[in-house]
Amino acid sequence: MKIVTVCGMGIGTSVLLKMNAEKVLRQLDIDADVEAADIGVARGMARTADVVLTSADLADELGETSAKVIVINNFTSIAEITEKLSEVLG
Amino acid sequence: MTLSQWLPIEAIRTSVAASDWRAAITASGEALAASGATTDDYTQEMIETVEKLGPYIVIAPGLALAHSRPSPAVHRAGLSWVTLATPVAFGNAANDPVDLVIGLAALDHDGHLEMMSELAAVISEEETLAALRAAKSAEEVQSVIDSVTQ
Repeated sequence: MKIVTVCGMGIGTSVLLKMNAEKVLRQLDIDADVEAADIGVARGMARTADVVLTSADLADELGETSAKVIVINNFTSIAEITEKLSEVLG
Repeated sequence: MTLSQWLPIEAIRTSVAASDWRAAITASGEALAASGATTDDYTQEMIETVEKLGPYIVIAPGLALAHSRPSPAVHRAGLSWVTLATPVAFGNAANDPVDLVIGLAALDHDGHLEMMSELAAVISEEETLAALRAAKSAEEVQSVIDSVTQ
């Protein structure tokens, strides 16, 4: 399982989202690699990823991808990340 | 190691008057520069990030994580903390209006992960975040942060 968290610069919001996603995956007992990326790199990475986590603004910029794109509104909400990841990874 | 190392008191401002999102980011850039983490140029770079990529930096209800990419304007990894007297709109449908702007500067993609981990711990706790938003002075913000990260 490969998960990519995406933000504009790859240093702030995607890193925060990666940390919270890893916390959620541990709680769900799901084995996955999570990588943070900026939008430029992410367009390439999204081709090989299973799941992309990002914001509504950036989801539109990703382009064609076979990965499941999950839009997160509140990057600090463990509850929201848990709910949306569980839905997709169930 | 606590968050205060990256968020010294000079980088914390409370009840700042800002008329729009640019003014709010400018306040967070001034606070980063005041602590020595960045030069004033970084403020403009943070504003350009939003102009180019949209208001995605509003990552949670009322909370903007203002930042740009590593650049010559960054001296060292650091954070700033600015609460606004009156919330302003950033154009983020899910999370507007913003009353807290956290400024972030990094030298590269990996050197600030411990800082981000500490920050995530603080802002992902609802009660801590509520106490921080209610803090009336920089000293009060710092004492709340110290109480949860030590």
